[in-house]
Amino acid sequence: MFALKDFQNSTRQWLEENCPQSMRTPMVQEEIVWGGKSPTFANPESKLWLDRMADKGWTCPSWPTEYGGGGLLKEEIIILNQELARINARPAITSFGISMLGPVLLEYGSHEHKMEHIPKIVRGEIRWCQGYSEPGSGSDLASLGTKADLQGDNYLINGSKVWTSYADKADWIFCLVRTDTDVPKHSGISFILFDMSSEGISTKPIQLISGSSPFCETFFDDVKVPAGNLVGRLNEGWTIAKRLLQHERTMISSFGLASGQSDRGGTTSTVASIEGAAMHYRGDTDKLSDSVLRDKIAQFKIDSDAFAFTSRRSVEESKQGQGPNATSSMLKNYGCELNKRRYELLLEAVGSQALGWEGDGFSTDELQVTRDWLRSKANSIEGGTSEVQLNVIAKRVLGLPDILSLAKK
Amino acid sequence: MALVLNEDQQLLKDSAKSFCQQNAPVSQLRRLRDSDDAKGFDADTWQQMAALGWAGMAIPEEYGGYGFGYGGLGVVLEETGRSLISSPLIPTVLLGASTINELGSERQKLELLPKIVEGELLLAMAIDETTFHAPTKFNTTATKSGENFKLNGSKTFVLDGHIANKLIVVARTSGESDSAKGISLFLVDPASPGVEISRTHMVDSRNSSKITFTDVEVFADNLLGDEGNGFAGLTRVLDRACIGLAAEMLGGIQEVFDRTLEYLKQREQFGVLIGSFQGLQHRAASMYSEIELCKSAVIAALSALDDEHSTEKEISILASVAKAKLSEVYCLVSNEGIQMHGGIGMTDEFDIGFFIKRARVAQQFLGDVGFHRQRYASLNGF
Repeated sequence: MFALKDFQNSTRQWLEENCPQSMRTPMVQEEIVWGGKSPTFANPESKLWLDRMADKGWTCPSWPTEYGGGGLLKEEIIILNQELARINARPAITSFGISMLGPVLLEYGSHEHKMEHIPKIVRGEIRWCQGYSEPGSGSDLASLGTKADLQGDNYLINGSKVWTSYADKADWIFCLVRTDTDVPKHSGISFILFDMSSEGISTKPIQLISGSSPFCETFFDDVKVPAGNLVGRLNEGWTIAKRLLQHERTMISSFGLASGQSDRGGTTSTVASIEGAAMHYRGDTDKLSDSVLRDKIAQFKIDSDAFAFTSRRSVEESKQGQGPNATSSMLKNYGCELNKRRYELLLEAVGSQALGWEGDGFSTDELQVTRDWLRSKANSIEGGTSEVQLNVIAKRVLGLPDILSLAKK
Repeated sequence: MALVLNEDQQLLKDSAKSFCQQNAPVSQLRRLRDSDDAKGFDADTWQQMAALGWAGMAIPEEYGGYGFGYGGLGVVLEETGRSLISSPLIPTVLLGASTINELGSERQKLELLPKIVEGELLLAMAIDETTFHAPTKFNTTATKSGENFKLNGSKTFVLDGHIANKLIVVARTSGESDSAKGISLFLVDPASPGVEISRTHMVDSRNSSKITFTDVEVFADNLLGDEGNGFAGLTRVLDRACIGLAAEMLGGIQEVFDRTLEYLKQREQFGVLIGSFQGLQHRAASMYSEIELCKSAVIAALSALDDEHSTEKEISILASVAKAKLSEVYCLVSNEGIQMHGGIGMTDEFDIGFFIKRARVAQQFLGDVGFHRQRYASLNGF
């Protein structure tokens, strides 16, 4: 107890001295830090903040100090997060290396893999992308066909991936490849890492209905990858793939956490909260005049509150170092559906001003609502559709008979 | 604020679970209903519950209680909710003892709370007058006559009203209906002249009654709290009661879901288990998710009650979150429980019907979903 109190005091003091003032304001889209070999820092204090946090290993507080992580206990991480939240500190970095790859490398990677990649992930020096989905393999991910053939000391990789987030900006990729075609589909998959600057790789951004292009098509044409880059055992990549998906779901479920908060575009924005927007655009002062919308917003916020408690409870219930479990599917599904509800309600709250596409006549925040509403539709598709999550819950959590067992072969 | 049970609470929960399963399964409620039991609860079971300390769980030690907090009372309520036990736990302990503890004088606490802990004193709280819960909208008046008060009005949906040794009556000593000012609470002897109590039979087979008061004389020392300033205390009581009720509902919700899930793994149609059908799997998975949120809403609210740093406003918000969410989900899960059981779920012989009946009465009591959503909106400034 006393040790934790000390930890809290020293953490609070350290943050007070080391977290720059501009890093204590709500995050804006342009200032999100992704790291990488040639990182961009729209706000110079972002770099300072990242470097300071990385020096302490606090970008990855639970990871072993041996690889540059923070080496903190679960109780200490809870305190660190509370202290960060207390001063509204921005995340020092947003990184697929941290939220997805790192945890599985620590679990399944060799010592060499860890030594090579983990410290760079902690420091945000390499930006990673995820090579999972393929044009013909969406929800049925295990049917993937991108091939890796061993030729001497290298694998030759051929095929294509789709929905590769930020492939055009990433330095390295963690990728699922087929290494055996003569066995049931789950048994011939391997997990491999390679440099995106290798010869034979090309990427093409995909424009979404929101107008943004966070995803790419990625093509591999005889890409040469050292055999040692394969993680875990040959043809046993599906286990790692599924584990990584649990981490991905946990990451995506945090969209739902943010959805209950007034976190958009700073405190002065007219769309900072749904209820605030609903009252502002109706000219209401003390009570929202549309009683139907009022009920819907209350229902949404009650669900958001209960979801935030659930998310915290799942952290408290997990054992030290155990990471996410099957409930990650529940959190992913509920969090994404909540985020979609949030944007539907925001449209109702704002009315026609939330339906602008571009140009004058709309504020920047209003235009962003339109775009974010459209973007939110992907939340229940990316990282496994809501329907896939419900399948996982039914099978793994509730123990209901597997409807797909016959189709697996 | 802890969101997981501590070791003591977990032990208490385990022992409450086995007690309820062994001593008061759903068949007890069925027997009380079918025999039209005059008391409406099983006196032996209640004495055993009191002997286990359940009545004194949230009562401070200086008044004979066990100081286990609402977290302790909550896990007990949850387990009683699983087997739908009809007992004085809600009217006497959750509402009654909380009122005396929150509003009573030192003398009243010393006199009444130890008797509640022993299981000797039964209380009933008379609040609502219309068919909807509205803690400021009522017309029962208590007018000064000399040193004492004269009570006039009528109340409905009074749990255990026909068996209580003492009634707690919410009345107006001044002000108009819908005003938070002028509200006072009184302890009233149900045997007083002018008190007329008629038992009502609710769909959940639990006790309820309608009570009229005609020129009932109440001595001034039976006032609970300050005259005319009872609303803040009443709010604290109702918040605690909503949270405790939500804990009871959580038990019922989990029990219906567990029974339904079990049925999906047993029942065969078209040559396969019906639990293999995606049309049912996805609904079951959605219910599971909603139930996880319910668990969190309840434990967050219970911990807030036992946390000295919580503000009353925070507690009010958490109470409305819990009552609104649990009401919504209990209705969902009990409806689906019947649908997924098919024809057998519609029969009285099968227990699942008891849960849908309890779900509706519990959701109505102390404010339904709509009431608590509106209250949540007001508390959050919209």
